[in-house]
Amino acid sequence: MAATTEPDPRTGAAPGPADVSPEPARAVDGGDGSGPRAVETAASAAPGDERVRTLSTFHRVMGRPESASIAGAALVFAVFALTAGHSGMFALDGIVNWSTVAAYLGIVATGACLLMIAGEFDLSLGSMIGFSGMMAAIPPLFFGWPVWLSMILALGCAMALGWLNGQLVVRTGLPSFIVTLGFLFILRGLTLALSIIFANRTIVSGIGDLAAQDPVASFLFSGTFANPLFDWLGRHGVIATLDDGRPLVRGIPKVILWWAVIAAASSYRLTRTRFGNWIFAVGGDANAAKNVGVPVRRVKVALFMFTAFCAWTFAMLQICDVGSAAADRGLQKEFEAIIAAVIGGTLLTGGYGSVVGATFGALIFGVVQIGITYTNVNSDWFRVFLGMMLLVAVLFNNQVRKRVTEAR
Amino acid sequence: MPADPKSEFILELENVSKYFGTVIALKDVTLRLRRGEVHCLLGDNGAGKSTLIKILAGCHRPSEGVFRVDGEPVVLRSPGDALDRGIATVYQDLALVPLMSVARNFFMGREPIRLLARWIRVFDRETAAQVATAKLSDMGIRVRDADQAVGTMSGGERQCLAIARAIHFGARVLILDEPTAALGVRQSANVLRLVGRARERGISVIFITHNVHHAYPVGDSFTLLNRGRSMGTFRKSEIGRDQVLDMMAGGLEMQKLMAEFGVRV
Repeated sequence: MAATTEPDPRTGAAPGPADVSPEPARAVDGGDGSGPRAVETAASAAPGDERVRTLSTFHRVMGRPESASIAGAALVFAVFALTAGHSGMFALDGIVNWSTVAAYLGIVATGACLLMIAGEFDLSLGSMIGFSGMMAAIPPLFFGWPVWLSMILALGCAMALGWLNGQLVVRTGLPSFIVTLGFLFILRGLTLALSIIFANRTIVSGIGDLAAQDPVASFLFSGTFANPLFDWLGRHGVIATLDDGRPLVRGIPKVILWWAVIAAASSYRLTRTRFGNWIFAVGGDANAAKNVGVPVRRVKVALFMFTAFCAWTFAMLQICDVGSAAADRGLQKEFEAIIAAVIGGTLLTGGYGSVVGATFGALIFGVVQIGITYTNVNSDWFRVFLGMMLLVAVLFNNQVRKRVTEAR
Repeated sequence: MPADPKSEFILELENVSKYFGTVIALKDVTLRLRRGEVHCLLGDNGAGKSTLIKILAGCHRPSEGVFRVDGEPVVLRSPGDALDRGIATVYQDLALVPLMSVARNFFMGREPIRLLARWIRVFDRETAAQVATAKLSDMGIRVRDADQAVGTMSGGERQCLAIARAIHFGARVLILDEPTAALGVRQSANVLRLVGRARERGISVIFITHNVHHAYPVGDSFTLLNRGRSMGTFRKSEIGRDQVLDMMAGGLEMQKLMAEFGVRV
């Protein structure tokens, strides 16, 4: 900010040379926009013909991308409260159950959501989960690596693949749908082939115990947190305990913490930062964004890498929780993530959406998937419900897009 | 020619030609833009207007000829180069994102930054909204809500938003590519008024159009292009509207057309 030629950080206005710039752009504080130019004040009253109307609060709220998914989540909670309210679904262990499912999905849905707002898809997300898990599990089990090191290796691979995905998309101009569909198969195949080569099997177990002994991996990914609080609550009879006095729910699963941190940070990034504005711009109209100086390629590649990071996080949490890595992990997660984002109001065509929406989309997903097992309804109906949710959401989003983009 | 920072002309093209392979897009075109004037560039489709804009905006480099800014010969390597010299181009597509709000569009790519807790750089939405609203009202456009999506604005308002944005970010020379092409009468009038207001602020404007009726009221001088060549530059005092119309290929065509339909000219 030292150089005088740099744009004013407050207004972003370029300080033109004083003799030619008729009026240096000022920061607006008093709102006195037209002091010395009486001529303009008179003229500015003229175009009152451009019509502006004020929307009702209801319309305003419904115009936000996430409102439909929040309403949907409320509806889903209400339905399950009525049909499965006494089944233990809303007891502490039930809550942990469905929120864990929602959290896993929520992590990858956040990445998918940001990438979709930037106008791209990553269909290789599910395969990336399987691949990262396998990359992290094989070296400690077969070559004696420390778990933290193999996790870093997996992270490096994931980020490099995300970068490659992004570069292929922005350099070739091919639809990301096709490029990442290629990687969906490449990575799934690689995961299978590598696990057969190194382990001679497709499910590699034992990684969970190693991770629990590794200080870094167990601190970040294994088990639960806030355990002392839950112990205390158990001792004081607030929450249910086992026969030996330990609480039934030991603590909050770390996956929920990861979800909260990733979603909150992403939402903040999207709505409150310069980079967030670039994400909307790139997805809304990449050409326009480029013309005003937004680094379109850098934004897209960064988001492909972020999606890969989310997939890696998912995989690390999963192998520590389940205790094994398997070649078919993360199957169809790319679709579930996209569904959660779409239910959350993100447009398939990009440029519009919210992380808060995707978060509620994932929550709906988790509540319904687990909740349905608490009811008398056969859980096969879950997918039917999901598909219908998706269609309703897409139709709704389409209406929103029309309302926002079509000039009146 | 010695560089003279107080040159009468802010922008000069001298005998500029542009070839694309065997195609001669522009041949020996000379264009001089005075400080604080509205210079209309007229020509029918295929006259070379777009090529000329792209040279002015830094997208193309001329194959032959000299480009001067403030009397100094320059070579613009990119659109960013042109922007740094205060030459801003408002293209027909306006570089606006319909799904984004007025404030976000206004500052797209040049977002104001506020420091949160001394080191977190955040997008200063309040300043963005205030500045965008104030700048637009300076231009005579009322925006009640800076969070309104640009997609809900009319074509004229969008054009004005794009122009106001270019002026705010330090444009000394504003190149407007067919700003009234897709607009109705009243909205065109608003845009033309805005062009006049930019001139009042000392901004030099190159106004590209094929509509003489839009160009003549606001223009100070006129350069006519036909099939890649300049047919000359005229001050407003030297030429009447009908003469301008006649000199454009479209003028003759229209006369022929009217004759065909038996309209007396």
